[in-house]
Amino acid sequence: MEPIPAGPPGAVLPAGDHHGSLRRFLRRNVWALTSLALAFVVALPLLVIFSGWLHAQNEVWQHLASTVLRDLVVNTLVLMAGVAAGVLVLGVGLAWLTSLCEFPGRRFFDWALMLPLAIPAYVLAFVAIALLDFTGPVQTALREAFGAGGFWFPDIRSTGGVITVMALVLYPYVYMLSRSAFLAQGRSPLDAARSLGLGPWRAFFRVALPMARPAIIAGLSLALMETLADFGTVAVFNYDTFTTAIYKAWFGLFNLQAASQLASLLLLVVALALTGERLMRGRARFHELSGAGRPVRFRLKGGRAWLASAAAGLVFTVAFVAPVSQLLLWAWDIVRDDLDPRYWQLLWNTLSLGASAAVVTVCGALLLVFAKRFGKGPVNAGAVTVATLGYALPGSVLAVGIMLVFTGMDNFLASVGRIFGPDGGAPVLTGTIAALLLAYLVRFLAVAFGPTDSAMEQIRPSLPEAARSLGARPAQIFREVYLPLLRPGILTAMLLVMVDVMKEMPATLLLRPFGWDTLAVRIYEMTSEGEWERAALPAITLVAAGLLPVMVLVWRSARRPS
Amino acid sequence: MAPSGGAMAAAAEEVVVYSARKEHLIKPLFDAFTAETGINVRYVTDKAGPLLARLQAEGANTPADMLMTVDAGNLWQAAEQGVLAAVESETLKANVPAHLRDPEGRWFGLSVRARTIVYSTERVDTEELSTYEGLADPKWQGRLCLRTSKKVYNQSLVAMMMERLGAERTQEVVEGWVANLATQPFSNDTKTMEAVAAGQCDVAIVNTYYFGRLQKKDPDIELALFWPNQDDSGVHVNVSGAGITRHAPHPEAALRLLEWLSTPAAQDRFAGLNMEYPVNPAVEPDPLVAAWGDFKADNINVSKAGELQAEAVMLMDRAGYR
Repeated sequence: MEPIPAGPPGAVLPAGDHHGSLRRFLRRNVWALTSLALAFVVALPLLVIFSGWLHAQNEVWQHLASTVLRDLVVNTLVLMAGVAAGVLVLGVGLAWLTSLCEFPGRRFFDWALMLPLAIPAYVLAFVAIALLDFTGPVQTALREAFGAGGFWFPDIRSTGGVITVMALVLYPYVYMLSRSAFLAQGRSPLDAARSLGLGPWRAFFRVALPMARPAIIAGLSLALMETLADFGTVAVFNYDTFTTAIYKAWFGLFNLQAASQLASLLLLVVALALTGERLMRGRARFHELSGAGRPVRFRLKGGRAWLASAAAGLVFTVAFVAPVSQLLLWAWDIVRDDLDPRYWQLLWNTLSLGASAAVVTVCGALLLVFAKRFGKGPVNAGAVTVATLGYALPGSVLAVGIMLVFTGMDNFLASVGRIFGPDGGAPVLTGTIAALLLAYLVRFLAVAFGPTDSAMEQIRPSLPEAARSLGARPAQIFREVYLPLLRPGILTAMLLVMVDVMKEMPATLLLRPFGWDTLAVRIYEMTSEGEWERAALPAITLVAAGLLPVMVLVWRSARRPS
Repeated sequence: MAPSGGAMAAAAEEVVVYSARKEHLIKPLFDAFTAETGINVRYVTDKAGPLLARLQAEGANTPADMLMTVDAGNLWQAAEQGVLAAVESETLKANVPAHLRDPEGRWFGLSVRARTIVYSTERVDTEELSTYEGLADPKWQGRLCLRTSKKVYNQSLVAMMMERLGAERTQEVVEGWVANLATQPFSNDTKTMEAVAAGQCDVAIVNTYYFGRLQKKDPDIELALFWPNQDDSGVHVNVSGAGITRHAPHPEAALRLLEWLSTPAAQDRFAGLNMEYPVNPAVEPDPLVAAWGDFKADNINVSKAGELQAEAVMLMDRAGYR
């Protein structure tokens, strides 16, 4: 499936190699080749999507351009801006509070604020509408109290509503990544800043924040790519974005080619944005200055302390407690009818898929991260950008791209297979677990890459160099220097991928083996006909399953040596 | 970890179904079919679009024998793209009325779904109601709720109107609807009806089985169905249906399943599970469904909905119906 690294990371260094020139070439370029190989895997389905341009679809384009396109683009930009602001304020703000300040409940919020990650965005969207729309219990109660026109209530099915919901489900990406960056900074930079007379606020903005920038950007770009690719949430709100145009072209106008063209435009924009960000960052590097312990937390006092608790508590309640309570209420009504032994199978399928995909994808991300560090040049940078593009595509479109690649290979194998007999033509890739895992790799490589990469960015090159000068062998350097320092990033990556895979729908639906259902598939079965209450049981099970990896991470970070 | 799903033994009798109809609505039937015939049914569910893309991509190597989906537009599109085989079957011809199947026998309706008007029994007098077009009348200003135009059910409804009234008149109607909206379109039928019940608006257009589900949950809900266009074309109906794939590995078993699904024993459950109308005229609908009364249904061949769907989508875009 995955190319196994040709050697441990240190092996790239020219170590007096006197073998054949091909071998030397391979050794010298092992990282460029690795990242190219990974980029190739991701690029295949993307190329399939770009091939939509081979067939002109002028009619669809003219129609969209003359009717809805302008609104869709404006809507998309507004949504991106709103979600970016939301996840930055919530994610960075809360990470700062829990990692560098002390206030009542801090220990609890430390991990509790990660929990909303387990709630799929489309689930929160539906719960929000069910609770807060005109027909929901809140407005119904207000009407009973004040009469039909006697009160004002914001329209939940609005731009503000959809931004709020997406910011609440996506902020954990920024929260988790910037939290581990803040913790990894250690105490010395902040101590230095404060000894130079900076107050806590200025120390934060002048020192901590710039140092955490790679992590924050990584989290933000995940949140924004997810926003761009989102279809479920905006569909629940009937909020039209660029993705809507893609699905309109495909399902409404029956034009997969035009849909591919639209999707490839989306990809182009994302690739430009990613490249631009990398160029802007330039040669700046943010390495951990010293491993000297955890920062001393600012002890917030009095009103400020309670304000911090209130803010964390509010976010936790709105993003987690309220939706989970509503789901539990709904699930309670149907649990007797719908809970059958197959649930254990669904749960097992979901968890094992998530865990296997996490391992595969994080291995891919590690290769990419090492390739980025040791491989130089534009080829490498381009390969990294391509390899992380899969996350920005609407799921169904990417799923079809992947499926076309698989069926293409299957059809080729079948034509070979038929030489050997009539039964040789059965598909061997499409509809297998291997195909699913590969699809998740393509889709979620960006998710695994973000945290792993920002962990790598914080390792000073002098550290492995010192180890080497002391005579450590490459394998040993990998095991004893890189791995321990990368571990927080790797764990975050595995958790994010696992939870994302468990929530994933389009690729799972299209590529799963016969009868191999997951909780997300069950949720789809119920929600696609609007039966959200009946989807509550699989949804709450999915949330519970998502808590398992979160808990692992929490335990791990609690045991973190200081 | 899991069986490799792709490969299969040709020996065991089985049918492989790609289904856009949801598992809980088909599994009980498949189980019954297996119990009766010994033929095993394997299936995978997804949306119609991706399933169709998969069938096309797999081509001659597809493991699928049958494509089952909702909406005539999707079935028409599948036939158009050449993934379905024409079937000669006296049983199917006898059990499925001509306007609810493909004229060339590539797909057959299996249940009928009526898209009709639902109104508040508190605030609407049935005298006010007449036709779908009538809802464009300014007297409904601020009183109409609609589901999003992105749902294929609305696309088919508008497509059939275009067939009947022409594009120009249809666009006027849709613009009239948009002007009458009490609030922006909803993402599903259930929410749309709940808005009517809660007083946000007075009328809406919905599929009857969603109304049935709501009624089951809350028998006293102050809503009722109205059958429009009874003096002319009749109520807009659509189908869920199925066809046999062109490269089916098990065409005989698949035909047997398709025929079986059209027989009274299966029809009763196929429609009943979702409170739809049986496609087989010999079968009575579920008592709760029957209680909504008889109506005259539009009998233009439903495949028209497929033919005109893209135009209908563009028309709704032009009319500003989101």
